[in-house]
Amino acid sequence: MVERTPILNFFTHVILFLGFIVAVGPLAIVAIAASHNLSEVNQVPMSLVPGTDFWINIKTAWTTANLGPKLLNSLIFAGGVAAGKVIVSALTAFSLVYFRYPGRGFIFWLIFVTLMLPLEVRIVPTYAVAANVLSPYQAILDVTGITWLIERISGIQVSLDLGLLNSYPGLILPLVATATGTFLYRQFFLTIPDELTEAARMDGAGSLRFFIDILLPLSRTNMAALGTIMFLWAWNQYLWPLLVTTDPSHATAVTELKQLIPNVGGLPEWHIAMAGTLIVMVPPLAVVVLMQRWVVRGVIATEK
Amino acid sequence: MEKRTTFSKWSVGILFAVPQLLLIFTFFYWPAGQAIFWSLTLQQPWGGGNIWVGLDNFKSILANADYWNSVTISIIFAAISTSISMGVALILAALTDRQLKGSKFYRVVLIWPYGIAAPASAMAFRFILAPEAGFMSVVNHYWPGFWDPGLDGTAAMASIIAAFSWKYTGYSFIFFLAAFQAIPRSLIEAAAMDGSGVIRRFWDIQFPMITPTIFFLLVINITESFQDSYGIVDIMTSGGPHNSTNLMVYKIVFDGFRGLDYSGAAAQSIILMLLIIVLTIFQFRFIERRVHYR
Repeated sequence: MVERTPILNFFTHVILFLGFIVAVGPLAIVAIAASHNLSEVNQVPMSLVPGTDFWINIKTAWTTANLGPKLLNSLIFAGGVAAGKVIVSALTAFSLVYFRYPGRGFIFWLIFVTLMLPLEVRIVPTYAVAANVLSPYQAILDVTGITWLIERISGIQVSLDLGLLNSYPGLILPLVATATGTFLYRQFFLTIPDELTEAARMDGAGSLRFFIDILLPLSRTNMAALGTIMFLWAWNQYLWPLLVTTDPSHATAVTELKQLIPNVGGLPEWHIAMAGTLIVMVPPLAVVVLMQRWVVRGVIATEK
Repeated sequence: MEKRTTFSKWSVGILFAVPQLLLIFTFFYWPAGQAIFWSLTLQQPWGGGNIWVGLDNFKSILANADYWNSVTISIIFAAISTSISMGVALILAALTDRQLKGSKFYRVVLIWPYGIAAPASAMAFRFILAPEAGFMSVVNHYWPGFWDPGLDGTAAMASIIAAFSWKYTGYSFIFFLAAFQAIPRSLIEAAAMDGSGVIRRFWDIQFPMITPTIFFLLVINITESFQDSYGIVDIMTSGGPHNSTNLMVYKIVFDGFRGLDYSGAAAQSIILMLLIIVLTIFQFRFIERRVHYR
């Protein structure tokens, strides 16, 4: 605060408080509705005094949508995407920054382009690839005539088939396949002084040694930030898990929300729906609250 | 910036890039190429070869009124929800940056919606805005039939905009606050000593300095409104009533997986890809010129 501006300060407090209501209000309403019973939740207007049925509703929602295994799936999925991004991005950035090889510029460009096009716009063919992840390689063998050659020589018909639908790799890998993170690491590696690399080389460290013993420990903060953001991002994915997991045993918690939309006819069971929504909301919200610093760092670093 | 000291065995270096290259080839470049190929052929849903049709798929899409409806409402959705989320976030971040008492609290809490999945936000707003329960039901109590997103297209659109803007206000807030806090306090203090007021300082100093962030968020918010809207539409309206919320991504997935029209879905994907690329380039070319970089 630089000067005395009592009127402006008053309005600042009022507007920020309104912003607080708008930001947190919907969360509070979900929590309160989750504590009502069927008739209370359908009262007009709904009472903002919490009811007494909170744990009953949570239990009902939990069993109706079978949320236990779904939350575990979400955890594996989001954890897998976060770990995949952190590892793959670090490796690629290391390769791009610390080596000079022919085609490096081209590889850089190939990776950069993946930032432009989200999964959603190539969703149908990506699904086809997930149904048989070896189909691109089969097609290459077919087109180049290698399939024909092998069949001629050995009599074996090559048909590569590896389906990833309803599997964790099928959920995880397509989301790891963009370059968010690679550029975060690249920027960071570029700020590491050359003297450090020289010293390591003089001490006889090879590239792998340097990467594991020096570079990775230095990038711990980047990893925490990137991992947190990617965990949140993956946890909150909807369309891809919905398509890839046709079998409910692999479904994630967020895609299960749809099962909780109340049926038309009779009093809608909003209290159960909101209890389920609350369960799905809590884990990412807890990550945001506990990892506030890394979330802010990560959001700003991965997108810019 | 280039590094002077590098490792000499470049064959090892390439190996480090192989995992990413394999992944993006399999799950990015191949499907993207496939989308282009499918859009130019007539794809049989149950296998059985494909026929080259050139641009016919595009012609039939562009002649389809449903498709143009989808484009129009996607643009309306993007424009309104981006203005709301960025506008609200800008005001809240500017005020939080004044660092009055309690600003630390707001800095933490206003980020929360960012962590909520878009479909979960949609579910919450579906209840809050339901015509028969929740909070908009009060309006219907006094003016029966005034609010019904299940029947009224405008109300349905307003609902999905509310759910989307809510989540992305939290997101934009993070960037705006970071941008404001990057401005040196001494600059503000110097201006204050020269006698300029809070509002004057905002327009003459802070606003020009955060224009790169505004520009960046504009690109991100618009592209996200094309992508992340799927879950919101699916949970809140399923594209209805009467296609009034059948946004572009929703229509692509519906036509591709329910209608089994792979060629049509692929052609729509290509148009959406081009739209996103053009938007990005357009914004870089035309908005960036007015942006003051430090």
